[in-house]
Amino acid sequence: MAVLTEEQTMLRDAAKGWASESAPVGALRKLRDGKTGYSFDPAAWAEMGQMGWAGVIVPEAYDGSAFGHLGLGLILEETGRTLAASPLLSTAMIAASALQLAGSDEQKQAWLPRIASGEIVATLAIDEGSHHAPARTALTATRSGSGYALNGTKSFVLDGEAADLLIVVARTGGVAGQTDGLTLFLVPSDAPGVERRHLALIDSRGATQIAFDAVEVAADAVLGEVDKGWAVLEPTLDRAYAGLAAEMLGSASAAFDITLDYLKTRTQFGQVIGSFQALQHRAAKWFTDLETTRSCVEAALEAFDAGADTRALASLAKAKACELVHLASNEMVQMHGGIGMTDAHDAGLYMKRARVTEALFGGASFHRDRYARLMGF
Amino acid sequence: MAEDEAPWGGRKMVWQNPDAKLWLERMAERGWTAPMWPREYGGGGLSKTQNKVLEQELRRLKARPALMSFGVWMLGPVLLEYATEEQKQRFLPQIVRGEIRWCQGYSEPGAGSDLASLQTKCEDKGDHYLINGQKVWTSYADQADWIFCLVRTDTTKKHEGISFVLFDMTSPGVEARPIKLISGSSPFCETFFDNVKVPKEQLVGKLNGGWDIAKRLLQYERQNISASGFGGGGGLSPVEAAKAELGVDAEGRIADGDFRARLAAHSMDAHAFMLTVRRAEAESKQGSGPSAAVSIIKYAAAKMNQERTELLVEALGLQGLGWEGEGFSAEALAAPRAMLRAKGNSIEGGTSEVNLNVVAKRVLGLLDHQ
Repeated sequence: MAVLTEEQTMLRDAAKGWASESAPVGALRKLRDGKTGYSFDPAAWAEMGQMGWAGVIVPEAYDGSAFGHLGLGLILEETGRTLAASPLLSTAMIAASALQLAGSDEQKQAWLPRIASGEIVATLAIDEGSHHAPARTALTATRSGSGYALNGTKSFVLDGEAADLLIVVARTGGVAGQTDGLTLFLVPSDAPGVERRHLALIDSRGATQIAFDAVEVAADAVLGEVDKGWAVLEPTLDRAYAGLAAEMLGSASAAFDITLDYLKTRTQFGQVIGSFQALQHRAAKWFTDLETTRSCVEAALEAFDAGADTRALASLAKAKACELVHLASNEMVQMHGGIGMTDAHDAGLYMKRARVTEALFGGASFHRDRYARLMGF
Repeated sequence: MAEDEAPWGGRKMVWQNPDAKLWLERMAERGWTAPMWPREYGGGGLSKTQNKVLEQELRRLKARPALMSFGVWMLGPVLLEYATEEQKQRFLPQIVRGEIRWCQGYSEPGAGSDLASLQTKCEDKGDHYLINGQKVWTSYADQADWIFCLVRTDTTKKHEGISFVLFDMTSPGVEARPIKLISGSSPFCETFFDNVKVPKEQLVGKLNGGWDIAKRLLQYERQNISASGFGGGGGLSPVEAAKAELGVDAEGRIADGDFRARLAAHSMDAHAFMLTVRRAEAESKQGSGPSAAVSIIKYAAAKMNQERTELLVEALGLQGLGWEGEGFSAEALAAPRAMLRAKGNSIEGGTSEVNLNVVAKRVLGLLDHQ
């Protein structure tokens, strides 16, 4: 655990308490069995908003608390522990970052206070295929009157059904595969021509496919500069990678704690199974991965707050988190034996969320490749 | 830094570079070779915060280490905790000044991972102890002046029959024979004790109370191994070697995609390891006891150095498998030797398997098998 300030410690403790009492793993199970089609429970999100969590990285001038990215990461980690479903990542981390990094005064004034209070859900609509590939954006924005018309489809958008504001990555120049020629647009989700469809994923939270059919936006909907969207997108995505990695670290830590507890209580051959060296060494290796991944996640979050170059650290954090939750979810099931295969046990929920978070915003191979490029090989 | 330039100090040290000797003297005068030890024993008397400033300044100056010393890293900290006032006065200032080079008498031919089964006999002969037996894997015993040594003082008990003694390597009956390793180097010795007389005031702690001291010292040893990461940063970079030997594509990526992927995964693990060392230091300095991360660092350090040295050899191809002579650069010749030497990283200072046992039992609280 990073060396925390008093405020950060209080924030973490509050998140830990709230997640275990108000959003335990059972809440996700309820969400799933209720088949609401929602990716989260609006009542729980309202509570998070009241506690100020949606505004942790938002400056005080826009009604946020400016507690920084490490602060928000601590909440994401704690809520990740119980698989608490909420738009904290999409709205409080990713959308709030994009607006802060590139928003005009008017845009910030219009949206950031509403994000900080938890009033609205906002999300980045970026990927168009089944793999994270920001440069491959093909959705077009063409000049139309004094504004633009958007045409194309976004897939697997986080919290897309609930979103009030969509931050849409569109191509205004160049061809798919290029980082030049991208532009970000602020699009209200009720704009004519926006059509949303729920994609039910194994994690019970799902994602949204959003079709844009000649969606008209005004010129002041552009976030940042036309054709230069990459300059905003890359640092925004770094925050998405590290924020999601913080959630994944929390999930993997909880999976570890639950499994460790089982190793200490389940008996076979007349002794607790945790006394078997074959399992002890696997547990110790898992713990090693938890510790090294924690270092990467915290270093990335701290780097945002320090204004450092975060590209390599963000990919490092996401790649390590992908490897970690993959291992954690597999080991959780295997070490629990048959009970871990049953729907009644939580291991399956951790496994399913793990696979989705691994794929969201790029898997380990995507981030290894990006890291290698950044390091010049 | 080449091996012969390493400032180990001691009576046998031949200084190649007079400035290095002067640097040691200047640093030792201020106690800055052991910055946080109390001033009364020659240390710098610095607080954690002051020491951090000193470390930062030395790094900024790119200063070479003034002294490399098992005395500073391992023995001194346990003497501060367990030794008598007289022993502290006698041994600690010498360590600070780098006058005495120490070696570690722990492992024996029959006591490796099961260190507490050691058999080197230490008998009470009234006015002195008499030591007979053999140690092995004694680092630089042939270069050392004194040894801190685990001996058996009670044969009826295991852990509670071990004592911790210090003695001069020039004592009659001590012999150190270097062991040649697969890498061609000889950093370790077999050390023999044949009726070695040791004054009784050189016992540290209680008679038969040496095991606790031994374990504490191992913690310092693993910490030190961890902080230096087995010195894996030197030599050719696997990235540069791979680009040169395997070629690059139009975008500057290593052309062999499989090798590139494995190198990227390793580079990221090494980065994660470095961040973990830094985090463990920051957390430990915070004062709430050693960070849990410390326990996994030696295990991870060994893995990192083994992977790195293997990848370098692989990147160099047959150029990376030269043993000696013409046709190879000095750096290329160092690569396979470093790879071979690194195999010992997961054995020395506690095998990786023992490390995992320690994590499982002490950190995770898992029980011993009955």
